[in-house]
Amino acid sequence: MPPLTLHFDVSTDDFSCAGEASGSVKRTLKKLGFAPDVIRRVAIAMYEAEINMVIHANGGVIDASITPEEIIIVFADVGPGIPDIDLAMQEGWSTATPEVRDLGFGAGMGLPNIKKYTDDLQIKTQVGVGTTVTMKITAK
Amino acid sequence: MKIADIAALLDAKVYSGKDMMDKEVHTACGCDLMSDVLAFVKDQAVLLTGLVNPQVIRTAEMMDIVCIVLVRGKAPTAAMIDLAEERSLALLSTEQKMFSACGLLYNAGLADGGTM
Repeated sequence: MPPLTLHFDVSTDDFSCAGEASGSVKRTLKKLGFAPDVIRRVAIAMYEAEINMVIHANGGVIDASITPEEIIIVFADVGPGIPDIDLAMQEGWSTATPEVRDLGFGAGMGLPNIKKYTDDLQIKTQVGVGTTVTMKITAK
Repeated sequence: MKIADIAALLDAKVYSGKDMMDKEVHTACGCDLMSDVLAFVKDQAVLLTGLVNPQVIRTAEMMDIVCIVLVRGKAPTAAMIDLAEERSLALLSTEQKMFSACGLLYNAGLADGGTM
Protein backbone atom coordinates (compact mmCIF):
# COMPACT_ATOMS: atom_id res chain seq x y z
CA MET A 1 0.00 0.00 0.00
CA PRO A 2 1.47 3.42 -0.89
CA PRO A 3 1.93 5.84 1.99
CA LEU A 4 -0.75 8.38 2.73
CA THR A 5 0.74 11.78 1.97
CA LEU A 6 -0.37 15.14 3.28
CA HIS A 7 0.90 18.55 2.22
CA PHE A 8 0.58 21.84 4.10
CA ASP A 9 1.59 25.38 3.27
CA VAL A 10 2.44 27.16 6.50
CA SER A 11 1.86 30.88 6.36
CA THR A 12 3.54 33.29 8.71
CA ASP A 13 0.94 36.00 8.38
CA ASP A 14 -1.09 34.84 11.31
CA PHE A 15 0.61 33.27 14.31
CA SER A 16 -2.77 32.11 15.61
CA CYS A 17 -2.91 29.61 12.72
CA ALA A 18 0.40 27.99 13.69
CA GLY A 19 -0.49 24.45 14.69
CA GLU A 20 -3.22 23.99 12.09
CA ALA A 21 -1.15 21.41 10.16
CA SER A 22 -0.13 19.57 13.33
CA GLY A 23 -3.73 19.40 14.50
CA SER A 24 -4.81 18.08 11.13
CA VAL A 25 -2.17 15.31 11.13
CA LYS A 26 -3.02 14.44 14.71
CA ARG A 27 -6.70 14.00 13.87
CA THR A 28 -5.82 11.96 10.76
CA LEU A 29 -3.63 9.57 12.80
CA LYS A 30 -6.42 9.21 15.33
CA LYS A 31 -8.89 8.30 12.58
CA LEU A 32 -6.40 5.79 11.18
CA GLY A 33 -6.23 4.11 14.58
CA PHE A 34 -2.59 4.71 15.56
CA ALA A 35 -1.66 4.07 19.20
CA PRO A 36 -2.17 7.10 21.50
CA ASP A 37 1.53 7.38 22.42
CA VAL A 38 2.52 7.42 18.73
CA ILE A 39 -0.05 10.13 18.00
CA ARG A 40 1.17 12.13 20.98
CA ARG A 41 4.82 11.96 19.92
CA VAL A 42 3.96 13.03 16.37
CA ALA A 43 1.71 15.84 17.61
CA ILE A 44 4.30 17.34 19.98
CA ALA A 45 7.27 17.05 17.61
CA MET A 46 5.31 18.37 14.68
CA TYR A 47 3.77 21.27 16.58
CA GLU A 48 7.17 22.37 17.89
CA ALA A 49 8.60 22.27 14.37
CA GLU A 50 5.60 24.10 12.93
CA ILE A 51 5.91 26.84 15.56
CA ASN A 52 9.65 27.10 14.80
CA MET A 53 8.87 27.47 11.12
CA VAL A 54 6.47 30.33 11.79
CA ILE A 55 8.55 32.25 14.32
CA HIS A 56 11.98 31.83 12.74
CA ALA A 57 11.54 31.23 9.02
CA ASN A 58 8.48 33.07 7.73
CA GLY A 59 6.61 29.83 7.20
CA GLY A 60 7.32 27.06 4.71
CA VAL A 61 5.94 23.73 3.55
CA ILE A 62 5.27 20.51 5.44
CA ASP A 63 4.95 17.08 3.84
CA ALA A 64 3.84 14.11 5.87
CA SER A 65 4.08 10.50 4.72
CA ILE A 66 2.15 7.96 6.73
CA THR A 67 2.35 4.17 6.64
CA PRO A 68 1.26 1.72 9.36
CA GLU A 69 4.96 1.30 10.26
CA GLU A 70 6.19 4.88 10.39
CA ILE A 71 5.36 8.55 10.05
CA ILE A 72 7.87 10.73 8.23
CA ILE A 73 7.41 14.50 8.24
CA VAL A 74 9.55 16.95 6.27
CA PHE A 75 9.57 20.68 7.09
CA ALA A 76 11.19 22.87 4.46
CA ASP A 77 11.69 26.61 4.76
CA VAL A 78 13.68 29.33 3.06
CA GLY A 79 14.37 31.12 6.33
CA PRO A 80 17.64 32.38 7.83
CA GLY A 81 19.09 28.92 8.55
CA ILE A 82 20.64 27.77 11.84
CA PRO A 83 24.27 28.97 12.27
CA ASP A 84 25.16 26.50 15.06
CA ILE A 85 23.07 23.33 15.27
CA ASP A 86 24.78 22.02 18.44
CA LEU A 87 23.91 25.25 20.21
CA ALA A 88 20.34 25.17 18.88
CA MET A 89 19.91 21.63 20.25
CA GLN A 90 20.75 22.77 23.79
CA GLU A 91 17.82 23.06 26.16
CA GLY A 92 17.13 26.68 26.99
CA TRP A 93 19.03 28.20 24.08
CA SER A 94 16.76 30.42 22.02
CA THR A 95 16.86 33.29 19.57
CA ALA A 96 13.13 34.00 19.82
CA THR A 97 12.03 37.63 20.06
CA PRO A 98 10.33 39.06 23.17
CA GLU A 99 7.06 39.09 21.17
CA VAL A 100 7.30 35.34 20.62
CA ARG A 101 8.10 34.80 24.31
CA ASP A 102 5.02 36.80 25.23
CA LEU A 103 3.00 34.25 23.29
CA GLY A 104 4.34 31.44 25.49
CA PHE A 105 7.08 30.13 23.24
CA GLY A 106 10.79 30.65 22.72
CA ALA A 107 11.97 28.90 25.86
CA GLY A 108 14.60 26.99 23.93
CA MET A 109 12.82 23.66 24.31
CA GLY A 110 11.66 23.18 20.72
CA LEU A 111 14.48 21.25 19.09
CA PRO A 112 15.39 19.26 22.24
CA ASN A 113 11.72 18.34 22.56
CA ILE A 114 11.53 17.28 18.91
CA LYS A 115 14.61 15.09 19.37
CA LYS A 116 13.13 13.55 22.49
CA TYR A 117 9.91 12.49 20.80
CA THR A 118 11.20 11.31 17.42
CA ASP A 119 13.05 8.13 16.45
CA ASP A 120 15.14 9.90 13.84
CA LEU A 121 15.81 13.59 13.28
CA GLN A 122 17.81 15.08 10.42
CA ILE A 123 18.43 18.81 10.12
CA LYS A 124 19.92 20.23 6.95
CA THR A 125 20.53 23.93 7.17
CA GLN A 126 22.46 26.65 5.43
CA VAL A 127 22.67 30.19 6.70
CA GLY A 128 20.80 32.54 4.40
CA VAL A 129 19.33 29.68 2.37
CA GLY A 130 16.97 27.75 4.62
CA THR A 131 16.41 24.69 6.74
CA THR A 132 14.93 21.27 6.10
CA VAL A 133 13.96 19.19 9.11
CA THR A 134 13.08 15.54 8.56
CA MET A 135 11.63 13.58 11.43
CA LYS A 136 10.62 9.94 11.69
CA ILE A 137 8.38 8.40 14.27
CA THR A 138 8.18 4.62 14.31
CA ALA A 139 4.75 3.19 15.07
CA LYS A 140 5.51 0.32 17.41
CA MET B 1 -12.69 15.13 39.78
CA LYS B 2 -15.13 16.32 37.13
CA ILE B 3 -14.77 19.52 35.11
CA ALA B 4 -17.97 20.65 36.83
CA ASP B 5 -16.16 20.35 40.20
CA ILE B 6 -13.32 22.50 38.90
CA ALA B 7 -15.77 25.13 37.70
CA ALA B 8 -17.48 25.09 41.12
CA LEU B 9 -14.26 25.16 43.18
CA LEU B 10 -12.89 28.09 41.20
CA ASP B 11 -16.26 29.78 40.72
CA ALA B 12 -15.34 29.81 37.05
CA LYS B 13 -17.24 31.02 34.04
CA VAL B 14 -17.58 28.36 31.34
CA TYR B 15 -16.93 29.68 27.83
CA SER B 16 -16.93 26.40 25.94
CA GLY B 17 -17.51 22.73 26.62
CA LYS B 18 -20.73 23.10 28.62
CA ASP B 19 -21.52 19.53 27.54
CA MET B 20 -18.21 18.28 28.99
CA MET B 21 -18.92 19.01 32.64
CA ASP B 22 -19.11 15.31 33.55
CA LYS B 23 -15.69 14.54 32.08
CA GLU B 24 -13.16 13.25 34.62
CA VAL B 25 -9.74 14.86 35.04
CA HIS B 26 -6.97 13.58 37.28
CA THR B 27 -4.07 15.98 37.00
CA ALA B 28 -3.37 19.67 36.55
CA CYS B 29 -0.60 21.94 35.40
CA GLY B 30 -0.23 25.66 36.06
CA CYS B 31 1.91 27.24 33.36
CA ASP B 32 2.23 30.33 31.19
CA LEU B 33 4.95 28.88 29.05
CA MET B 34 3.50 26.67 26.30
CA SER B 35 7.00 25.31 25.58
CA ASP B 36 7.06 23.85 29.10
CA VAL B 37 3.59 22.40 28.69
CA LEU B 38 4.81 20.64 25.54
CA ALA B 39 7.92 19.43 27.34
CA PHE B 40 6.54 18.22 30.64
CA VAL B 41 2.81 17.58 30.74
CA LYS B 42 2.16 13.88 30.75
CA ASP B 43 -1.35 12.82 31.51
CA GLN B 44 -4.75 14.03 30.35
CA ALA B 45 -4.86 17.16 32.39
CA VAL B 46 -6.27 20.56 33.23
CA LEU B 47 -4.14 23.50 32.15
CA LEU B 48 -4.27 26.65 34.28
CA THR B 49 -2.71 29.62 32.55
CA GLY B 50 -2.58 33.38 32.44
CA LEU B 51 -1.74 33.32 28.76
CA VAL B 52 -4.56 34.35 26.42
CA ASN B 53 -4.04 33.47 22.76
CA PRO B 54 -5.15 30.70 20.38
CA GLN B 55 -1.87 28.82 20.85
CA VAL B 56 -3.10 27.91 24.35
CA ILE B 57 -5.95 25.97 22.72
CA ARG B 58 -3.65 24.41 20.11
CA THR B 59 -1.11 23.37 22.73
CA ALA B 60 -3.91 21.81 24.76
CA GLU B 61 -5.11 19.93 21.69
CA MET B 62 -1.64 18.49 21.04
CA MET B 63 -1.28 17.35 24.65
CA ASP B 64 -4.78 15.87 25.01
CA ILE B 65 -5.51 18.43 27.70
CA VAL B 66 -9.28 18.43 28.14
CA CYS B 67 -9.84 21.59 30.14
CA ILE B 68 -8.22 25.04 30.18
CA VAL B 69 -8.68 27.51 33.02
CA LEU B 70 -7.71 31.14 32.43
CA VAL B 71 -6.73 32.75 35.74
CA ARG B 72 -7.03 36.29 37.11
CA GLY B 73 -10.37 36.84 35.40
CA LYS B 74 -8.96 36.89 31.91
CA ALA B 75 -11.54 36.47 29.19
CA PRO B 76 -10.78 34.38 26.11
CA THR B 77 -10.96 35.93 22.66
CA ALA B 78 -13.78 34.95 20.29
CA ALA B 79 -11.22 33.04 18.18
CA MET B 80 -10.17 31.03 21.24
CA ILE B 81 -13.76 30.16 22.14
CA ASP B 82 -14.50 29.04 18.56
CA LEU B 83 -11.34 26.94 18.41
CA ALA B 84 -12.06 25.37 21.82
CA GLU B 85 -15.59 24.44 20.73
CA GLU B 86 -14.28 23.02 17.47
CA ARG B 87 -11.69 20.90 19.29
CA SER B 88 -14.06 19.83 22.07
CA LEU B 89 -12.13 21.50 24.87
CA ALA B 90 -13.61 23.00 28.00
CA LEU B 91 -12.55 26.63 28.35
CA LEU B 92 -13.08 28.27 31.75
CA SER B 93 -12.12 31.55 33.37
CA THR B 94 -11.70 32.22 37.08
CA GLU B 95 -11.08 35.39 39.08
CA GLN B 96 -8.62 33.42 41.23
CA LYS B 97 -4.92 34.10 40.83
CA MET B 98 -2.70 31.31 39.51
CA PHE B 99 -1.28 30.36 42.93
CA SER B 100 -4.68 30.28 44.62
CA ALA B 101 -6.40 28.47 41.77
CA CYS B 102 -3.71 25.76 41.77
CA GLY B 103 -3.89 25.53 45.58
CA LEU B 104 -7.65 25.07 45.59
CA LEU B 105 -7.50 22.27 43.02
CA TYR B 106 -4.51 20.61 44.73
CA ASN B 107 -6.31 20.64 48.08
CA ALA B 108 -9.34 19.10 46.43
CA GLY B 109 -7.23 16.16 45.25
CA LEU B 110 -5.95 16.98 41.77
CA ALA B 111 -2.44 15.67 41.21
CA ASP B 112 0.56 17.27 39.55
CA GLY B 113 0.26 16.70 35.82
CA GLY B 114 3.86 17.41 34.93
CA THR B 115 6.78 15.08 34.69
CA MET B 116 10.47 15.66 34.24
